[in-house]
Amino acid sequence: MKKRITKIGAVMLSAFLVLTVPLTAQAGNEDYSYTYNYDYWGDVQDTPDLYSVCKVFTSSDLGLDVNMKNPTGLYVYGDLVYICDSGNNRIIEAKRTALENIEVVRIIDSFKGDVDVTTFNNPTDVAISEEGNFFIADQGNARVLKLDKDFNYLMQFDKPIDNTLDEKAAFLPNKIVIDPAERVYCIATGINKGLIKYENDGTFSGFVGATPVSYDWMDYIWKRLATQEQRALMESFVPTEYDNIYMDKEGFIYAVTSAISEDDLRADTGNPVRKLNLMGNDILVRNGNYTIIGDLYFGEGGGYSGSSLFSDVTVMDNDIYVCMDRNRGRLFGYDDQGNLVFAFGGNGNMDGYFRRPVAVEHMNHDLLVLDSLDGAVTLFITTEFGELIYDAIEQFDAGDYESSGKSWERVKELDGNYDLAYIGIGRSLLRQERYEEAMEYFELKYDDENYSKAYKQYRKEWVQENIVLIVVVLLIVFLVPMGIGKIRALKKEIDTADIFK
Amino acid sequence: MIAALKQKDTYRRYLKSLKFGFYCMSHPLDGFWDLTHEKRGTYAAANTILIATLMIRVLKLRYTSFVVAPPVYWEGVNIFMILASVLFPLALWVIGNWALTTLFDGKGRLGQVYMATCYALLPYPVIQIPLTIASNFVTVDEAAFYSTLSTIALLYAGILIIAAMGQIHEYSAGKNLLFTVASLFAMLVMVFILMLFFSMISQGVAYFISLGKEILFRL
Repeated sequence: MKKRITKIGAVMLSAFLVLTVPLTAQAGNEDYSYTYNYDYWGDVQDTPDLYSVCKVFTSSDLGLDVNMKNPTGLYVYGDLVYICDSGNNRIIEAKRTALENIEVVRIIDSFKGDVDVTTFNNPTDVAISEEGNFFIADQGNARVLKLDKDFNYLMQFDKPIDNTLDEKAAFLPNKIVIDPAERVYCIATGINKGLIKYENDGTFSGFVGATPVSYDWMDYIWKRLATQEQRALMESFVPTEYDNIYMDKEGFIYAVTSAISEDDLRADTGNPVRKLNLMGNDILVRNGNYTIIGDLYFGEGGGYSGSSLFSDVTVMDNDIYVCMDRNRGRLFGYDDQGNLVFAFGGNGNMDGYFRRPVAVEHMNHDLLVLDSLDGAVTLFITTEFGELIYDAIEQFDAGDYESSGKSWERVKELDGNYDLAYIGIGRSLLRQERYEEAMEYFELKYDDENYSKAYKQYRKEWVQENIVLIVVVLLIVFLVPMGIGKIRALKKEIDTADIFK
Repeated sequence: MIAALKQKDTYRRYLKSLKFGFYCMSHPLDGFWDLTHEKRGTYAAANTILIATLMIRVLKLRYTSFVVAPPVYWEGVNIFMILASVLFPLALWVIGNWALTTLFDGKGRLGQVYMATCYALLPYPVIQIPLTIASNFVTVDEAAFYSTLSTIALLYAGILIIAAMGQIHEYSAGKNLLFTVASLFAMLVMVFILMLFFSMISQGVAYFISLGKEILFRL
């Protein structure tokens, strides 16, 4: 008997071991995926990669004689890539000749024209207008240059003459964008009144999109009570400076700033990403479950802490904008409604990780990231999964709802935790007037706005179909008690009638 | 007890006292006076109302539409905490109110305070049950009705509690309001004492645990 018990015990123990060992092995090897997203609850959900590293182009890969030194600016024009090699005072023009190949076309370190200085000094950004003219933020020479396509000097934009600016302070243009009419919008280091706007004839026409000043009432009271000396040591309430700008195809300026406190980010009062219209007002759509702040959790990990610090943004033609976090070296893609489409990247030396990312640009759906410490450009290309998501979004925007629904179905098959796929299928069904099915998908991902839209139509249809039933039920509900009351009254009258006494 | 359960009269009295809750809802002053002075309320009915309140608190989580209220993160739900969110304040209120009013001419006994408070909770299930069902037939635009009615349910119950206390203790309106505030304050004091008590206990337990560990080290 005892033997049998030990036997059973041994069998159970071995079964236990067999069952648990693979599980613990898996739990111990808990590795986070490269790409992730947040679900409705704000939990991190691993997703398949939307982008994979195609190639990392270092200085030697590009065949440069002098290694890139502290490059800061990146610009894509068709299949041409411009890199501002700030440390070597030159601009590198490269061409993407094949899917996996970028070749240097020419190196620009001077231009022709009758100005005193015909070389660059710490160029930080370059932009090209529709007419093909070059605009270069020549920071060390305190000017924004306008050159024609053969690099002949056309004009320059100098420090704006404005009595609110300190005359002695140096003018340090940092980032520029050009609108179709060749107006220049410029971020200058040390100027926090917004973007400097120049007309195309070079005149300064004002500041655009200054951030509203925010302060705590507690800080305000403290400041009131403080002495002059104490006040001087305190943080002053000034508008935040933008870190980088991008102009989308419709002429709206996307601006990012990293100078927002974590408290403001948590309280959703910071808005590190803004979409500025011509008036300089923020018109970015924020309908997502979470605010557009990059990482939702600021905890310490891997030697990095604090919030995402956006230092560049690029906007694709399908209105998906990619923000770059220089704190954790991540890229965050958001759709036009403010939903997180993807988040990936990290700090490190491997391909697809960065040491000091400074600029992000897109070439159709592909992304280019410039790392200033490595002096390298990383080229990301979309995977099948990423392409499916973009297909689905673009098909929906084009009005092809059925194919969009099918693409989202495929996305859902590849990643059942991808919330946008469910909402995408729902929206496609909604457009196809299949309300009941749409409601199911919206309910799964708690999209109350879209659910209500579908439900409203569904309810309307249901009422129309069942109007007879509703009327009958209502009649019964009201008429039956009334009838019973009448009968009772009649009965009482009969019972108490004098003639029967 | 069992003999009483076999009598039909027991059930008639129970149903009648339960029905009397609705009279209290519509005629708070008259109703709550009769509740104790005319002995028209029963503990059975009071318990029923309390259980109904607890039930709807839990069922609400499951059956309210996500359109009107934020969806529930089921992993984070502790049903005992939800029950305690009603029972704990109720117990504090009943004890705090009784402890104070008994010193200041309050005519209500502890059980009567409990009974009257439970009767005063009736608007909560009465409004919340149809509201929870109706929430599944609305859109986001109509969600405001839901939140308004939810608030009304709570306010209604609150007003009934105040009215009930005034009646069972035979207080004037001013004195009643004064003792409502005082009872709330008594609840705070009790929470403070309980926290103090629990932290002292845990400190004491921790002391003996560390003492035991120390002895085990030395052995």
